[in-house]
Amino acid sequence: MMTKDYTLTAPDGIHARPATALIRLVRTFQSDVRMKKDGREVQLNSILQILGLVPKAGDTVTVTVSGPDEGAAFEALDAFFTKEFAHV
Amino acid sequence: MTQIEGIGASPGIAIGKALVIEREERVTRGRLLADPTEIAREIEQYRFAVRRSIAEIRGILDTARPDTDSADILEVQIELLGDPQMERDVVQKISTGMKTAYDATLETVGEITELFHGLEDNYIRERSADIQDMGNRLLRNLEGAAEPALSAEAGTILVAWDLAPSHTLTLDTSRVNGLLTGAGGRTSHAAIIARSRGLAAVVGFGEAIQGITPGDTIILDGETGTVIIDPEPAVLDTYTTRQQAQQAKAALLHALRGKPSVTQDGWAVPLLANVASMADLNLVQAYGGEGVGLLRTELLFMDRDTMPTEEEQFSFYKSIARHTKGKPLTIRTLDLGGDKPLPYLPLPAEENPALGYRAIRVCLREPDIFLPQLKAILRASAWGKVKVLFPMISTVAEVREARALLDEAKRQLTREGVGFNKEIPVGVMIEVPAAAYIADLLAREVDFFSIGTNDLVQYMLAADRMNPRVAGLYDPFHPAVIRLLQFVVQQAQRQLVRVSLCGEMASDPLATLLLIGLGVDELSANPASIPLVKNTVVSHTRSAAQALAKRVLTMDNAAQIRACLEEAIS
Repeated sequence: MMTKDYTLTAPDGIHARPATALIRLVRTFQSDVRMKKDGREVQLNSILQILGLVPKAGDTVTVTVSGPDEGAAFEALDAFFTKEFAHV
Repeated sequence: MTQIEGIGASPGIAIGKALVIEREERVTRGRLLADPTEIAREIEQYRFAVRRSIAEIRGILDTARPDTDSADILEVQIELLGDPQMERDVVQKISTGMKTAYDATLETVGEITELFHGLEDNYIRERSADIQDMGNRLLRNLEGAAEPALSAEAGTILVAWDLAPSHTLTLDTSRVNGLLTGAGGRTSHAAIIARSRGLAAVVGFGEAIQGITPGDTIILDGETGTVIIDPEPAVLDTYTTRQQAQQAKAALLHALRGKPSVTQDGWAVPLLANVASMADLNLVQAYGGEGVGLLRTELLFMDRDTMPTEEEQFSFYKSIARHTKGKPLTIRTLDLGGDKPLPYLPLPAEENPALGYRAIRVCLREPDIFLPQLKAILRASAWGKVKVLFPMISTVAEVREARALLDEAKRQLTREGVGFNKEIPVGVMIEVPAAAYIADLLAREVDFFSIGTNDLVQYMLAADRMNPRVAGLYDPFHPAVIRLLQFVVQQAQRQLVRVSLCGEMASDPLATLLLIGLGVDELSANPASIPLVKNTVVSHTRSAAQALAKRVLTMDNAAQIRACLEEAIS
């Protein structure tokens, strides 16, 4: 299991468009990916659940990856949160 | 003729005939399933409708080639349709609740919409319209009906309870003059689409939308939110003229947008914008503003039961800083008084709020409010060219006290290991006449001045411009005002303090040359006024403006001054 905290820097937080990109990214891996904010944890396969967390700019979220390809999934997600996310 | 106010969501005047899109009203049918065979069939029907709906959207994406904004919304809809949480809820209602696929879907979509409605975030709240649209598509497919095709004739005003992506995408909006919706706010789909396509729009019109029948002539003003149904000929004429003037202005705006605000003899007069929200910020870019000259922070504190935390404020200031993209951003600290009491800051009502306990006077005595704001502003300074501005200053002591609290905020952040710009520029509003008269003393204490002419003029002339009996006395072109502006600028120049001007006067093209001539360094205007002001800047020279200011300073009344300025720019 791999886990890391991210502070959201995109001005609008994880709104519908990045949430869609995120789900589609997670879907390319077999691992179970979860995101936690303020004690609430959701599986990263549901756009409704992600938006329901209301992840805003400045919020800190914890991402947890576990499964057969967790290394690769973790790396891809890390790139998403630290690089691409600012531009989607 | 009826006139009703909605929310202006996309500027412009539109005149046309109403094309009414009927609201899709659906109710559960209440039939319960009899046996496992029916359950299995209904679940299969639901899945089939999901697949079909996704295929329809893919079809739109492939054939209609929507713009990026709309394509994004459609991609989101595909994800919503396939969402595992929704599928789980629907399947459970079918299998254990014995409900039909139709009823189960209708209920689930209703629950999700309700849930999103209740969330604190505006943006997410308005996504409930996307969910509703997704649900309507799904339910229509469960009914086995085909997608209705909309066609508009040239000069149409589209009238609907709410406009969903499917409406705007299947419709040729080049024939639509404007949008009018009963539901929605400034970030609803209809509003976003209208702004991105440059269509005038009024949203949040409410039940009044029922009063419109297809073919009615409608005038809508997307700036003010005014809607007129079946206008009288005289009213129609007035709006037609205004529409033409706006179109001329739009053409000017387009021509000037990318042009720098520099006089013909090469003197740069930066034109910045007054902003109170993220929505305003989008306008700044649209109108070619060179940054934010005044960010009002009061909205953040109003309409709520508790004070916004440092974290909340930081997140807002940072968003603005990031969207300002390296251009200057001046954040004014809280400017509130007894005329706008807050539940968490009970201020007694006052006989005379304009002369009362307000703005910096409150902040200096309430460090629990002031320090978190200063810390949030400092933290945002790591994200852009942030300056901090103190309002309602009338003594040197107040500036020193405010600076001491700013230093305390810096110390706390340093202890917490949080980054900020240690050299953040500090400025004061010159809006109390006393501050103007001690401009030389204040200039020693700060990095810049921002002249707030609205309050300055009202205090100087002892006239409330909201009081119709004395509004005539309120005049920024009163010689007293111009003399005092000249004094402030001169004192500032001697100590190399930059002077910005952020009152209504900055938005008035009639004042532009005078202000340049007096030596004001930059102007902060309402976003929509920037093109007109810029037009004045780029059409004249600074030396002519200086000669004009000199002449104006010899005149003894506002009427003569106005006439002289009008002649200069015509």
